[in-house]
Amino acid sequence: MNDGERMGLPAPAAGLAHAVRTGAASAVEVVERHLRAIEGGNPAINAFTLVMAEDARRSAEELDRRVAAGEDPGVLAGVPVALKDNLCTRGVATSCSSRMLEGWRPPYDATVVGRLREAGAVVVGKTNMDEFAMGSSTETSAFGPTRNPRDTARVPGGSSGGSAAAVAAGFCPLALGSDTGGSIRQPAALCGVVGLKPTYGTVSRYGLVAFASSLDQIGPLAATVADAALLFEVVRGHDPADSTSLDRTGPPVLPALDRGVDGLGIGLLTELVEGADDDVVAAVDRAAEVLSGAGARVEEISVPEVRLGLSAYYLIAPAETSSNLARYDGVRYGLRVDAEDTTTMNTASRSRGFGPEVKRRIMLGTYVLSAGYMDAYYNQALRARTRIVEGFSSAYGRCDLLLGPTAPTTAFPIGEKTGDPLAMYLSDVCTIPSNLAGHPAASIPFGTGADGLPVGVQLLGPVLSEPTILAAAAVLEAASAGAAGPAPNRAAEGGRR
Amino acid sequence: MRAGWELVVGLEVHCELETATKLFCGCPNAFGKEPNTNVCPVCLGLPGSLPVVNRQAVELAMAIGTALACEIRPSTFHRKNYFYPDQAKDYQISQYDQPINVAGHLELPDGSRVGIERAHLEEDTGKTTHAGATGRIHGADYSLVDYNRSGVPLVEIVSAPDIRSAAQARAYVSELRAVLVASGASDGKMEEGSMRVDANVSVRSGPDADFGTRCEIKNLNSVRSVGRAIEFEADRQITLIESGEPVVQQTRHWDEDAGRTVALRSKEEAYDYRYFLEPDLVPLAPDDGWVEAVADLLGPLPAARRKQLIGLLGGEEALSASQADQVATVVELGLDGLTLAAAAAGVPVSLALNRTANEAATDAAAARRLESGSFASLLALEAAGSLTATQAKAVLSELLVEGGGDPATIAAARGFESLSHASLASVVDEVAAAHPSEWERYRTGDDEDVKKLTGYLTGQVMRATGGKADGKAVAIELQRRRG
Repeated sequence: MNDGERMGLPAPAAGLAHAVRTGAASAVEVVERHLRAIEGGNPAINAFTLVMAEDARRSAEELDRRVAAGEDPGVLAGVPVALKDNLCTRGVATSCSSRMLEGWRPPYDATVVGRLREAGAVVVGKTNMDEFAMGSSTETSAFGPTRNPRDTARVPGGSSGGSAAAVAAGFCPLALGSDTGGSIRQPAALCGVVGLKPTYGTVSRYGLVAFASSLDQIGPLAATVADAALLFEVVRGHDPADSTSLDRTGPPVLPALDRGVDGLGIGLLTELVEGADDDVVAAVDRAAEVLSGAGARVEEISVPEVRLGLSAYYLIAPAETSSNLARYDGVRYGLRVDAEDTTTMNTASRSRGFGPEVKRRIMLGTYVLSAGYMDAYYNQALRARTRIVEGFSSAYGRCDLLLGPTAPTTAFPIGEKTGDPLAMYLSDVCTIPSNLAGHPAASIPFGTGADGLPVGVQLLGPVLSEPTILAAAAVLEAASAGAAGPAPNRAAEGGRR
Repeated sequence: MRAGWELVVGLEVHCELETATKLFCGCPNAFGKEPNTNVCPVCLGLPGSLPVVNRQAVELAMAIGTALACEIRPSTFHRKNYFYPDQAKDYQISQYDQPINVAGHLELPDGSRVGIERAHLEEDTGKTTHAGATGRIHGADYSLVDYNRSGVPLVEIVSAPDIRSAAQARAYVSELRAVLVASGASDGKMEEGSMRVDANVSVRSGPDADFGTRCEIKNLNSVRSVGRAIEFEADRQITLIESGEPVVQQTRHWDEDAGRTVALRSKEEAYDYRYFLEPDLVPLAPDDGWVEAVADLLGPLPAARRKQLIGLLGGEEALSASQADQVATVVELGLDGLTLAAAAAGVPVSLALNRTANEAATDAAAARRLESGSFASLLALEAAGSLTATQAKAVLSELLVEGGGDPATIAAARGFESLSHASLASVVDEVAAAHPSEWERYRTGDDEDVKKLTGYLTGQVMRATGGKADGKAVAIELQRRRG
């Protein structure tokens, strides 16, 4: 492997790891450089809610000692990684950007955090997010919004907005996010980075604070396709602590990266293109041309069931939320507002601890699961979910991958949609269907919109098709090089406001 | 039961499974530790934690299903949502519309049959203690929660409303307990909460009438309180109906000291549990091979074991009432293995049954640990007259404490070597020579004299032997000399 390349593709994280493993660079030096970038740039961006500088330095020193002793600390040796703050870190505050978890320090690491450490990665901090991952702009955070490094007057998307912004701003080459309805892919698109939502069950959810358990999936954000693939390779794999973890999580993705798209069938998904802005559609069309030029057979494909996605999602996800978030009752951890009796204490703690979007979804979910309403809402949504799976299944009988926009628009101004929940929910209309189906999908930066902001195109595939998705993503990345490359440290320069 | 009324009862029995670990995590399934020391992120419901089903718990649930003649089916887990401080996640993971065991039955010793609607897996909650004047949640100064029990595996066994009397309800609980102990699923200790019973009670005017409105009675911690509570509740409902008032569907609490049921909450106040499929778990689909393997490990059930003992005693007709009780007791306590081992060693079955039901049963837990070989050889010594009944009981006490041992050695250590046949005979001769007038009256007197003098002469023999002679053997020797 060359410095900063993998399979001939740009891979800054892989390059750093290579340098540290071979002794060409010290982990301490790498980590210090990134901590300086965070210190300088984060106040303007608010990507991190917690910078773990001392932990990171200690880990880096240990890595350097191991390299000096002739050990190989792993494929991510010395690479700074940011964690979305819904991933449990032993002894380190994990807040989900909610007042509700104020002061809570998990007594354990999420499985993915353990896998990162085993691969030699250095966790540099916890990133901002929409409260409990509910939102599409990182504006529902109790710690204030994260700003888009490409234009700090705009949102970074969400809910993994902090992780996407941290990578886009060059604070760290890699970050983990979670994606329940598009929360990795949509911010990746709006910030101009690569984001992958893996097949449900390929990455352990143990230690991911649950939002909607049947939809949640952890995945990588990175500046390039090869780095995203590398991080995915490290964190995925069966975990006996997660009953929904797949026994076999698919073939290795890295060897597939330079496979190209020659001979692949790729469907341009009509329903995803329908509601998108013209400049976004234009970028998707250009991506289709690039893939076609690289040997893929591109045709338009309609999967009408996809239109059921948004409504089904906003019944299923809140239903699970209402149950998953019941445990925040003030009894065992997090915020407690003392009161005369237990029920009043529960109510007061939850009223003060949760923000309005979280409350809205808990109420929606409680309603749709209630006796007398369950059949009309929740069960109906489950039937729609089945139909979406069937719709995709029939499409994948005709093609290997589907192509569409990741989000209908480029990054929107901060505050534009906070008063209109439905408009905000529509930001996820293109990403939600893959979560409902449990399928993998990735967002790749491809050109810019009329406003000069990044556009993400989305590649969708059937279960365990990550190698094919990433190979196609690499083709798009190569074609778009220069068109909308990452803009490291724009934040530090002040960005556009 | 008052004339003109029929009782209808269905029972829900929660049984704690005797697994090594909890249902969804690796914490030991242990009783009696310091509060909140037997916990982990999963059973505390910490954010990010996930459940993984315990294989042994599934196997014990299948064993219960097999023992109750249930159909064992592919099953799923649901979440039962309600807020309560001892419910760590504020939902309970339980099986709902697709339980692992359905459509079975339990046959009671009197031959009646009670349907089993389902026997499903679920997790236990923590335990709340309300401190302060009342001991109840209302008016408590503060409450303490111990999560050690959180996540302990339970099987809830739901009977059909087939029970028609308090006595039948008691018999059902006793028989079910014996089945649960026999299947290795439970220790059957109701007093420690290993088995908890709720009763759904209603009354109606006769077998053809519609079911009446039912009340669910909670807090039944013994077989006796099951019977008492049902009798009280039936009476309460009949009194209501006869005075023209309706029975209100509600949950009621059995107050053991006051001997009555009191209302907890009515149907209007009932929770909406918002059951939905637990997304953190996958369905259980035991294949035929697994079900069969579990069934193969299941030993003979109480009904079959009673039948075997009764057969050895000469069948139902030959059975005395007290023997019938003894058979029921030893089987329910799981001690019939001792009786059978002794019988197999040639000990008369009635003696084996006596010693098991009357002596070993006084400490059933110790008796279950006792080596059956030790028990059998002890009774063989007694049967052969080498030990008196009194001596045999003393040795048995020691065997129970030690969990086994050689009865002959223990008897020797206690100086229990009973007289050999020959030496007993010579002692009897000596006594006869030393008391010629008594001896003459014994040999030639009427029944009254014989009875009186048998006691006198036996006493002389006992005195001469320092109590080592077996009373029965002495009687035989005396009788023989009388001709």
